Amino acid sequence: MKQAVEMENVSKSFGKKQILSDIDIAIDEGMIYGLIGPSGSGKTTLVKMMVGIAEPDEGKIQLFGVKVPNLKLLEKVGYMAQADALYTELTGKENLSFFASLYPMKAAERKKRIEYAANIVNLTDELGKRVSAYSGGMKRRLSLAIALVHNPKLLILDEPTVGMDPELRLSVWTELLKLKNNQQKTIIITTHVMDEAERCDIVSLVREGRILATGTPAELKKTFGASDLEEVFLKAGRGEQ
Amino acid sequence: MRILAIVKRIIKQLLRDPRTLALLFFAPLIILTLMYFFFNGDSEELVLGTVNVDVWLTGVLEDNGVHVIPFEQAGRQTVIEEDLDGLLTISEGKMKLILLNAEPAASKALSAQVKTAALRLATEPTKLPQEIDTQYVYGKSDTTFFDVLSPVLIGFFVFFFVFLISGIGLLKERTSGTLERLMATPIRKGELLAAYLTGFGFFALMQTIIVVTFSIFVLDVVVAGSVWHVLLINLALALVALSLGILLSTFAATEFQMVQFIPLVVVPQIFFAGIFPIDGLAEWLQMIARVMPIYYAAEALKAVMYQGQGFETIKGDVAALFVFAAVFITLNLLVLKSHRTL
Repeated sequence: MKQAVEMENVSKSFGKKQILSDIDIAIDEGMIYGLIGPSGSGKTTLVKMMVGIAEPDEGKIQLFGVKVPNLKLLEKVGYMAQADALYTELTGKENLSFFASLYPMKAAERKKRIEYAANIVNLTDELGKRVSAYSGGMKRRLSLAIALVHNPKLLILDEPTVGMDPELRLSVWTELLKLKNNQQKTIIITTHVMDEAERCDIVSLVREGRILATGTPAELKKTFGASDLEEVFLKAGRGEQ
Repeated sequence: MRILAIVKRIIKQLLRDPRTLALLFFAPLIILTLMYFFFNGDSEELVLGTVNVDVWLTGVLEDNGVHVIPFEQAGRQTVIEEDLDGLLTISEGKMKLILLNAEPAASKALSAQVKTAALRLATEPTKLPQEIDTQYVYGKSDTTFFDVLSPVLIGFFVFFFVFLISGIGLLKERTSGTLERLMATPIRKGELLAAYLTGFGFFALMQTIIVVTFSIFVLDVVVAGSVWHVLLINLALALVALSLGILLSTFAATEFQMVQFIPLVVVPQIFFAGIFPIDGLAEWLQMIARVMPIYYAAEALKAVMYQGQGFETIKGDVAALFVFAAVFITLNLLVLKSHRTL
């Protein structure tokens, strides 16, 4: 199987503070890969580096075998930032179509993609409203739709379900699984919610800028003799110290 | 076309922000109008003392709203003591006008009144002499301050508002996270900068046209030279303000910090803009003036609007403005680099 993401020996520090040290990650295509860890553990910096908007001090990062950063590569990546980066003066539809027009797409295809992305996050009826009138959950959904709008092969989602109600979270996950199963998309997701981690194919536990353990949720539970991922996390953390 | 997409987005965003639009388009007009009234204030009744002036002339002057006080004998001292705006004496077939000139505007108005009145009576029975010997009690001035000031003010307002709004525009993109989000799309920094220059340049163009048109047609500011040259100079200055605003927004973390640049970057430029004479300054201060974009714009604007000079005179100044813009744009590309290595 080909690799979507490959990180070798990646380290990063801001000033004296070490954010990430010696990260090695290999993510196969067509996987849902979860990065689980508390806030401040370095998850966000990690995914920003994959996109190319943060630069590692050391190490090598490749997406689909191409070194990051690369403009052509970004056409294949859909990124959803942790903070909603939206133009609040514009409507949901205008936001979607602005971001869509930054990618090489024909007008007809763009229109279809906008409808598709809005539909997936259940925002079709709210597209005409200005984003300033959106709730927090709606903004998250719009951000997710924007990440999907150009039909990327790789989705990098930084805490995508924060602020969503359980029902919507379920439907987003259903869609993510569909994207994986039907369209062979690779999805990288960061979260601190353990039950979301359970749905991932492979999970990496991140703490204090290090990866404590990586594996399928079942493997991890077995290795650490734990009944759930939360316990795995605790045990892995103690083992490390 | 990615640049076009951003340009369209910027224009849409600004059009939905009526307060910023009002600041851009109406604030300069309001301030210019206020200054016009302050410097051209002639609402006060003009008081003219006269010696040996016949009823004809007195009548014409009073018809035009001048308050005339006849004296048996009077001189400079009388003007000061009686608080007159001026004193008109006719002796040996000559007219002599002594103006108090505490306010240049009042002197100009009074002098104009006397001249028109004399002209009207040139053929009438009195056959008034047309030559007027004008003297001033205080100073000496034959133009209103606003005539000299308006070219500088127009340039300054274009600079100030374009600087502020473009700087805050990009800053908002930075603080809202959308700039970083854009860097996760396949856009080049050059494209982003070009789009910003075009998008805000569009509004700068509108503002320049509105301010210049308003000054000429409503405030009656004299443009001795070509209006197109005035627009050209202001556009070049707007480009400088745009690129400088965008550049400095990189060093500000909040809108408030952007505003803090005003006393540092904008206010000193006023002093070097030609409102105060620069030629008399110390050598090193004159050198500072040479690195102020507004200095060149003001020189050129004064040459066109006040002295009626042609393109030959201003081309050096305009070129200097474009050099400033080019330098700031290059710096912008370098600074934006720190966000993504592409």
